[in-house]
Amino acid sequence: MYVIIAGAGKVGWNLARELIAKDREVTLIESDHRKYRIVEEELEHAVQYGDATELWVLERAGIQRADLVIAVTGDDEDNILICQVAKEKYGCERIVARVNNPRNLDHFKLLGVQPAVSATDLILRLIEHEVPEYGLIQLLALEEEHLEIIELEVGEGSRAAGNRVADVVLPDGSLIISVLRDGTGFVPKADSVIQAGDQVLLILDPGLEGDITPRFAPNGSDPGARA
Amino acid sequence: MFILIVGAGRVGSAVAKRALEAGHEVSVLDSDPLSHERLDKDQSTSWEDAGGRFTVGAALETDGLIEAGIEEADVFMAATRGDNTNLVIAQLAQRRFNVPRVVVRVADPARAAWYSEQGLLTICPTQQAIDQAEQVVLEA
Repeated sequence: MYVIIAGAGKVGWNLARELIAKDREVTLIESDHRKYRIVEEELEHAVQYGDATELWVLERAGIQRADLVIAVTGDDEDNILICQVAKEKYGCERIVARVNNPRNLDHFKLLGVQPAVSATDLILRLIEHEVPEYGLIQLLALEEEHLEIIELEVGEGSRAAGNRVADVVLPDGSLIISVLRDGTGFVPKADSVIQAGDQVLLILDPGLEGDITPRFAPNGSDPGARA
Repeated sequence: MFILIVGAGRVGSAVAKRALEAGHEVSVLDSDPLSHERLDKDQSTSWEDAGGRFTVGAALETDGLIEAGIEEADVFMAATRGDNTNLVIAQLAQRRFNVPRVVVRVADPARAAWYSEQGLLTICPTQQAIDQAEQVVLEA
């Protein structure tokens, strides 16, 4: 597998290092000459000097035969364009882009640059996971595959609490895949009983959250429970 | 016509002034408040008194683009000094805000050519300089 990485900052440099250690062929591209010099001492011929948003620089790096292009520069515009050109001009099917400013995430999506990874968003999700302030945490969204993984806390007196997994009514296209209880997680069987206070992980088709959340909501906060 | 120009540099501000003189509604967005001076330069009245609009904001921020009137724009011109910024916001104008006419300044001839094949109206000052210089040089 041949991988091109644009941007030799902390992310790009370490990615290149890890991939090379896994015997992947890697070319790292860096436009800042000073940075390039430093990285070159370690990575030698695996790093090239140039602006990866320029076509000839990508071509010199061999973009025509790249299996994966990763754009992790500090500029969102650059990351968007590098990936857009890799995909649409050079037919590279697998791209990964870094989002520096989460507010730019929509721009990546609009221009077909997916997956776009935002460190800020990832850290936010981890914080939500550690400090659950909201009922529902979106852990992972596989947009291309149309799947999501979410985490929910089972509320006291909710419809799900005290029921076997098999008896928890869920909409089609959703499934409980894991239960976290007292600091450990397990994959539940049909007869595992869900308890109040459990964290459950569900895999689902996007858009089903609204239908699922009330079933785990604490007694009284679920309008459906009284109906 | 309502024209939105992003980037009040030499090109952006000059086009903005001409468009206003020609009787169009013109809005300019730039991240640098001082760039406003270019719009006032050599004019008898200030840009606003002459009927122009000016918004301070980063080109990539949707809020700023909306405040500057991108939703009503008939023409959008991306003329910041960054090719990459221009190419991204021009595509936003086209695909997200459906601006009927989108013009983008791209200094890099190779990408100007490719993006123009993809349906963007690109202007490449570098290519024009090359063509002109070539003519002049070869005439000698």
